[in-house]
Amino acid sequence: MTTLTVENLRIRFGDTVAVDGLSFELPAGSALGIVGESGSGKSATALALLGLHTSATIEGRISFDDLDLTGLNDKQWRQIRGARIAMVFQEPLTALSPFHTIGDQIAEVYRLHSGASRQAARQRAVEVLRQVHIPDPAGRAASYPHQFSGGMRQRALIAMALACRPRLIVADEPTTALDVTVQAQILDLLDEVRETTGTSLLLISHDLGVVAGSCDRVVVMRRGLAVEQGETAAVLGAPTDAYTRELLQAAPHPTPPRKNDGKPLLRLAGVRKHFKQRRREPVKAVDDVTLDVRAGETLGIVGESGTGKTTLARLMTGLLTQSAGTITLDGVDIARRPGGSVQMVFQDPLSSLNPRRTIGESIADPLRLSGVRDPRSRVEDLLERVGLARREYDRYPHQLSGGMRQRVGIARALAPGPRLIVCDEPVSSLDVTTQAQVLALLEDLREELGLTMVFISHDLAVLRQIADRVAVLADGRIVEIGDTAQVYAAPQHPYTKELLAAVPVADPAEARRLRALRRSLDLSDTKS
Amino acid sequence: MIGYLVRRVGGAVLVLFGLSLLLYGLFYLAPSDPAILTCGKGCTPERLAEVRHALGVDDPVATQYAHFVRGLVAGRDYPAGPATRHCPAPCLGYSFETDQPVTRLLLDRLPVSASLALGAEVLALTAGIGAGVLSGLRRYRWLDRIVNGLVLAGYAVPVFLVGLLLLLLFCVQLQWLPFPSYVPLTTDPLAWARNLLLPWVALAVIQTAAYARLTRAGIQETLAEDHIRTARAYGLPERRIIWRRALRGALLPLVTLTAIDLAAIMTSAVLTETMFGLPGVGQLLVGAVNQIDLPVVVGVTLLAGLLIVAANTVADLLYRAVDPRVELR
Repeated sequence: MTTLTVENLRIRFGDTVAVDGLSFELPAGSALGIVGESGSGKSATALALLGLHTSATIEGRISFDDLDLTGLNDKQWRQIRGARIAMVFQEPLTALSPFHTIGDQIAEVYRLHSGASRQAARQRAVEVLRQVHIPDPAGRAASYPHQFSGGMRQRALIAMALACRPRLIVADEPTTALDVTVQAQILDLLDEVRETTGTSLLLISHDLGVVAGSCDRVVVMRRGLAVEQGETAAVLGAPTDAYTRELLQAAPHPTPPRKNDGKPLLRLAGVRKHFKQRRREPVKAVDDVTLDVRAGETLGIVGESGTGKTTLARLMTGLLTQSAGTITLDGVDIARRPGGSVQMVFQDPLSSLNPRRTIGESIADPLRLSGVRDPRSRVEDLLERVGLARREYDRYPHQLSGGMRQRVGIARALAPGPRLIVCDEPVSSLDVTTQAQVLALLEDLREELGLTMVFISHDLAVLRQIADRVAVLADGRIVEIGDTAQVYAAPQHPYTKELLAAVPVADPAEARRLRALRRSLDLSDTKS
Repeated sequence: MIGYLVRRVGGAVLVLFGLSLLLYGLFYLAPSDPAILTCGKGCTPERLAEVRHALGVDDPVATQYAHFVRGLVAGRDYPAGPATRHCPAPCLGYSFETDQPVTRLLLDRLPVSASLALGAEVLALTAGIGAGVLSGLRRYRWLDRIVNGLVLAGYAVPVFLVGLLLLLLFCVQLQWLPFPSYVPLTTDPLAWARNLLLPWVALAVIQTAAYARLTRAGIQETLAEDHIRTARAYGLPERRIIWRRALRGALLPLVTLTAIDLAAIMTSAVLTETMFGLPGVGQLLVGAVNQIDLPVVVGVTLLAGLLIVAANTVADLLYRAVDPRVELR
C-alpha cells in the first residue's frame, strides 16, 4: 500500500521551473530520501506536499492515501497539515515560536486537530516529548525554545510532528544545522520513530550519507529533475546516472597518507584564551593548547560547535591575543610576525567580502598594503590561479556563486605570499561537488607553493581527505592528536570514537553498521 | 531581578545628579542675571544686591549647588525678611518669578500633563496598531497605500496646524465642543474628557503615524519568520497565526517607544498645551526659561529626567514580560 504518490509534479515560479516532472512513490511505513544540491528543487517539492507555496504554479498529481492533494482548498489543507502530514524543518531555533513554551506549541497543534481538552493536550505534549527522549519531559515542556540546545529543539520539533500521529513525516534537511554527533542522534531518532509508529518518512537532504543510513529508497534530483531513483543500496552502490556518480565521487574520500617531518613552523605552548563575562565565570574558549604545525604539512583540527575552533584559528593568525601561553611563528612571537606571513580563509565567503567593492579590489588590498603600486595584473594572475577568469576582477561578490566566492577568499589569502594559511571551515557552506573542487584547489596550491596549512572543520570526512595529521578539540582542549590514518583507524579518546561513529557515510551497509555501533556506544542517552 | 532594580535606581540617581550639575553649570555660564529681571525698572545697585542675596545668587555657584542638593535631600530654610521659612525635602526651592515652591508648581501641573499624555497615547496606540496591522497584512494593495499616505501626512503636518484646524472646525464652525479649558478628572470626568478630546487628537496624529509605520514593518518582518511557516505547516488558521504569533513579535519595539513617548509628552508638549490653553508642565518650563527662573527650570528638567528613566525601567520590565528571551541583568 502506498502512502504518497507523486506523478509528473511541476512547480513553477513565474518563468522559473523549480521542479520539472517529478514522479515517485512512498509505500506505507517506509522511508524515501530525496537527495540533491542547492537549487535542485527538493525543498520546493517538500513545500508542495503541504500546499505551502503561495506564489507558485503547481501541476501534476499528488495523491495521499487516496486523497488528491492538488485540488484542496485552504480549509481542507489545514486539516491535512500537522494532522496527517507533518513537517520537520531545517532550523530548529527559528522554526519554533520564541514567545511560547515548547509544551504549549505542541499542545496547541494537538488541540487544533483533535479537539482534545487543554489538560489532555498538555498530557499528549509531555508524552511525545518523552517519546523523543527529552529528559524530564513534564518539566521541560514549560521551557522556551531558547532554553533548549540545538539538538533538543530538533527533538521538540519531531515531537510536535508526532503529536497528531501523522501518516507521513516530511523532514527537510532536519540535521543540517546540527553537530555531527547530534545529527546522528536525530537520524537515529527518526528511524526509531518510523519503526515504532509505522509512519512513513520523506527525508530531504543534500548529504548522501544522511540518506544512505535512513532510507529504503532514494531519489536523486538535479535542476528540478529526478535523474535516478530506486533502492538505496542499488542507487548508491551501482549508480547508473552520471550525476549520481559525480555526487558519490565528490564526497570526500581518504587519501594515502603523506609523511612529513618538517621542522615546526607554528608553535603553540600552553595557549589559553578566556573571555571575561559580566558577573559570570569567564568562558574558557581555548584552554591550555600545546601543538606544533610542521612546515609543509596540513594539520586538521576537528571539533563541534563551541569547542573553540574559531578562537584557536584567530589566535594562530594573531587576530586575537592569547590570555596565557606563547605562540611563535618560526621562532618569532606571532604578534611580531612579518606582514602577510599568516593568512586566513573564512567560512562564509559572502559575509567576509565587502559587498560594495569588486572582488579584484578586495584581493588587491593586501598587495597594496605590502607596497605594490599597481596590483591589477598580479590580482588577475591570482584569479586565474584559483580557477577564475581574469575579467572577474570587476565583479561584485553577490554576482558570484558560493564556490566562486570561496575561490576569491583563497586568492585574497594567497595575495601577500603567506607561509601559513589557516582555513576556518572553508567548505562547510558549499555543495558537495563544489566542495570537492575547492578541496582539490587547496591541495594543488599547497603542493605548488609549498604552503603550510591549518584546516579547521567539523567534518571528519573532509579532514580525512585533506589533512596529514588531525587534532581533536573538545571544550577548548586537544584530546587527541596524531597521523590522520592512525587517528581514524584506532581512535584513543572516547570523544574521538563518538565523533567517528557519528559520521554519515554513503554506503548503506556501513551506515547500518555505524548505527548499531552508536547504539552499542549508548549515544542515544540524552546528552544533546 | 531585585539586583536589576537596585542597579536601575542607582543609575537613575546618578543621571539626575549629573543633570542638575549640568544645569547649574550652564546657568552659571549664561550671561543674564535673574536678579535684574526680578528687581525691575529703576533698580538701584543696593536694591539689586538685596535681591541677589534673597535669591541666593550672590553665592559662588558651587555653594548654590551644595545648598540645592542639601535642600533636595534634607530640606532647607530660606530667609524671608526677618523670619525664615522652611522648605521640606525634597525641596526644589522657590520660583524666582512667583515665589511659590517649585514642588507645588510641579504637582499642580503634572495631572494636566499626565491627562494629556495618557489620552493621546491611548488614541495613538489604538489607531496606530490598527492601521499598521491592516496595511501590514495588505502590503502594496490600495489599503496599504492609503494608510501609508496618511502616515506620511501625519508626520509632515505640524501639531499646531492640526490643533488650529480642529479648534476652527469643532469649536468655531460646528460648535460641538467647548474651547478647551482644563477640568480635573476628579471634579467631572465627562467634562475632563470633552475638554481634552481635541488636544488628544492633535497630539495623537503624529504618534499614530510613528506607531503605524513600526507596526507595519514589524508585522511584515514577523510574518516572514520561520516559526510562522511552521505554524502554517501545522494547520493553524491564519487569523490565529496573526493574532497569537505575529502581532506579539511585531509589537515588541512599540513597548519601549510608548513608554518614552509618554514621559516626553508629559514634560514637553509645549505647543499643544499653549494652543489649547492647558496649564501643563511644558508651559511652565517655557515660561521659566524666558524668565531665567532657575529653580523651576531645574525642577522641570529633573522631573523630565525622572520620568524618562522610570519609563525606561518600566519598558524593560514589560519587555521581559512579553519576550521570554530577554534577560534583565
